[in-house]
Amino acid sequence: MSTVSAVRKVCWTIGDAMNSFDEMHGQGPQSVRGLYDKVKSWLDQTPSETMAARRAQAELFFRRIGITFAVYGEAEAGERLIPFDLIPRIISRSEWNLLERGLKQRVATLNAFLSDIYGQQSCLKAGIVPADLIYTNPQYRLEMVGRQAPHGVWVHIAGVDIVRTGERDFYVLEDNARTPSGVSYMLENREVMMRLAPELFANHHVAPVETYTDALLATLRSVAPRGAEADPTIVLLTPGRYNSAFYEHTFLADKLGIELVEGSDLFVRDDKVYMRTTVGPQRVDVIYRRLDDEFIDPLVFNPSSMLGVAGLMSAYLAGNVTLANAVGTGISDDKAVYSYMPDLVRFYTGDEPILQNVPTWRCREPEALSYVLDHLDELVVKEVGGSGGYGMLIGPTSSKDEIEMFRAKLRHAPDQFIAQPTLALSTCPTFVDQGVAPRHVDLRPFVLTGSDEVRITPGGLSRVALREGSLVVNSSQGGGTKDTWVLEA
Amino acid sequence: MLSRTADNLYWTARYVERADFLARVIDSALRLSALPASWSGASTEWESAIATSGAAPGFYALYGDANEQSVCDYLVFSPDNPSSIRSCINMARSNVRAVRTALTSETWEALNAAWNELNTVDPKMGAEEVSRFLEWVKGVSLMFDGSARRTMLRNDAYWFLRLGGAMERADNTARILDVKYHLLLPASESVGGGLDYFQWTTILREVSALTAYRWVYKENVKPWLIADLLILNKQMPRSMASCYDVVSRHLDYLGDLYGRRGPSQKLARAALARMNGLRIDDVFQTGLHEFIGQYLADHAKLGVAITEQYLQ
Repeated sequence: MSTVSAVRKVCWTIGDAMNSFDEMHGQGPQSVRGLYDKVKSWLDQTPSETMAARRAQAELFFRRIGITFAVYGEAEAGERLIPFDLIPRIISRSEWNLLERGLKQRVATLNAFLSDIYGQQSCLKAGIVPADLIYTNPQYRLEMVGRQAPHGVWVHIAGVDIVRTGERDFYVLEDNARTPSGVSYMLENREVMMRLAPELFANHHVAPVETYTDALLATLRSVAPRGAEADPTIVLLTPGRYNSAFYEHTFLADKLGIELVEGSDLFVRDDKVYMRTTVGPQRVDVIYRRLDDEFIDPLVFNPSSMLGVAGLMSAYLAGNVTLANAVGTGISDDKAVYSYMPDLVRFYTGDEPILQNVPTWRCREPEALSYVLDHLDELVVKEVGGSGGYGMLIGPTSSKDEIEMFRAKLRHAPDQFIAQPTLALSTCPTFVDQGVAPRHVDLRPFVLTGSDEVRITPGGLSRVALREGSLVVNSSQGGGTKDTWVLEA
Repeated sequence: MLSRTADNLYWTARYVERADFLARVIDSALRLSALPASWSGASTEWESAIATSGAAPGFYALYGDANEQSVCDYLVFSPDNPSSIRSCINMARSNVRAVRTALTSETWEALNAAWNELNTVDPKMGAEEVSRFLEWVKGVSLMFDGSARRTMLRNDAYWFLRLGGAMERADNTARILDVKYHLLLPASESVGGGLDYFQWTTILREVSALTAYRWVYKENVKPWLIADLLILNKQMPRSMASCYDVVSRHLDYLGDLYGRRGPSQKLARAALARMNGLRIDDVFQTGLHEFIGQYLADHAKLGVAITEQYLQ
């Protein structure tokens, strides 16, 4: 999923700001949660000119090192910056521990579900998930039926979107299990923050995030094919420089010390993958691919794809190369499947879900459909297969015409939609034109699953909706990011 | 290293070098055209600037007449000219963006900052602004080269950059001579007078070697010594022999690293050996123009060999 759509998505759930939980003020405008004491006094004491200068510096820094994203359909504008907000978002260690346990449980469930759905299908037999939901889903890859991912790991890298509504109330908004992006912002935001506000790091015990790249490398190495050499060759496969997340691809390849390859750099011979180098063909063992299933192999999937590698799927199925993430993970973050996640957690782990699901009406069910049709003006309706902010209705901010158009769509193909209430997302203090004001945030932590262990870097990408009261956020002016701190003490 | 990465690095260096070269050519032409007409005679500096840039066919397809306005338009900012200074910087930046991981952040930033700045420049500029802009372009190549030298590992990525830079430079110097060889022929010595002198010093300026000339030869500007400086003198970093020294050395580094030498190493060494055995008198004896023609043909052959051996 592109960063653009991810940012766009943050904002649909902005409920009534008055009812939102503020992560700095907690109970009310006069009180300050202990976590934020020092940041509050830093905000009060630092002259606004100093802050303005630092914000300008931050922007310059991002532009100079080229942390940009491409906006699709805007050839002229080309590369934009995602605004960076200088006020850190703080999470306590105990809150993080809760999140971490919840994330591990969630991702373990995704992996178990994928092993099951392409294998024994016990969750279908037990009636946890309706079979037709799986079989008719375009994200269910028939090529993978009866197959298992190498080392039993499907979702090596997950970027789970989490929103918060209260002290201990965390909801999973989406399990991004295909090619989640945004981790470069987590790392670069910290880099910039340490340069611009070193005094804050001196008096806070912030858990480091730069361990992420080592963790990712260890994860990728752990899933190399069993026949590979002790030092497997790992590459990052990018759709190329016109992809919206291309900066991130180069950034990660650089930090990992692996080649950044495009489809045309690879070829398959005798079910083995090679890259074209200045010394001739070199064998490739693990591909961290940032390219969706549909495009990875024109012989199996989209035949007009110029981005993939002919024969890659066959090499993958022969066990000669590992793809991360595995092929077919899209079925697990499908929005209709999402609604069954609490049941799936119970089914596979035997435990109660630690992180909550946003209540979801499945419009394929007649009762739910009639409720949704009656309450379109207060609900968010999403297409099940869509990702990001495309193909959705945000009831509270939509016109009568838009709602009526969606009503027709819903009646026509109810099984293509789900609906959710608008949540009152938590807010964090954020720089805006008028000074510092609460703005809604979400959080995307990154969960790495290898054959050896699960690794989660404390923190993640916090995205902030910069415009007050605006629900539809245009990526060019609405969504920003914040450095996210997990405080050790 | 990926062949595509090597290709991108090689061409990035070529584009940066080309932008720098174009800036020098235009700068020299501006200077020559600023001379009073009585000195410069029937001036052809803009025609020769276009010829030297190698962009003549594209230029004459769009413009009837080579003058300051049209040449600056085409060589500096024109998007229609794939080798304009702007296109060169765009291409260089786009190339390294695709292979950022092969460069240090300093080297990338040098080009990225230049590209960002270029986007803020208004193409409608007067003569004085053009001069300032050309100075800036030269600064970009210094920043790029300098940061590469100061920060990059001495491995194949660096060597492909240096190789590309030297190949382009050799090409550019040879092209100046190809266009202006007639000015350096012995016959023109007798012409004497202002025009020749200014034409000669213009050649030296195009390779930023006016001061270098005096240090090396401690003599008045003489055409055959100019030819010596540009072709055979290894103290002069833009001479053809010097460039081949760099080309051959870096091809050898690559050959050693990869444990195999091929056609490109062989061609480069042969060309270098030929130049090492020459004196400038020999060059004039066989004919300066013939010599340059042969050199350019060999150079093109070497370019193809490098591409086939490493870049695809």
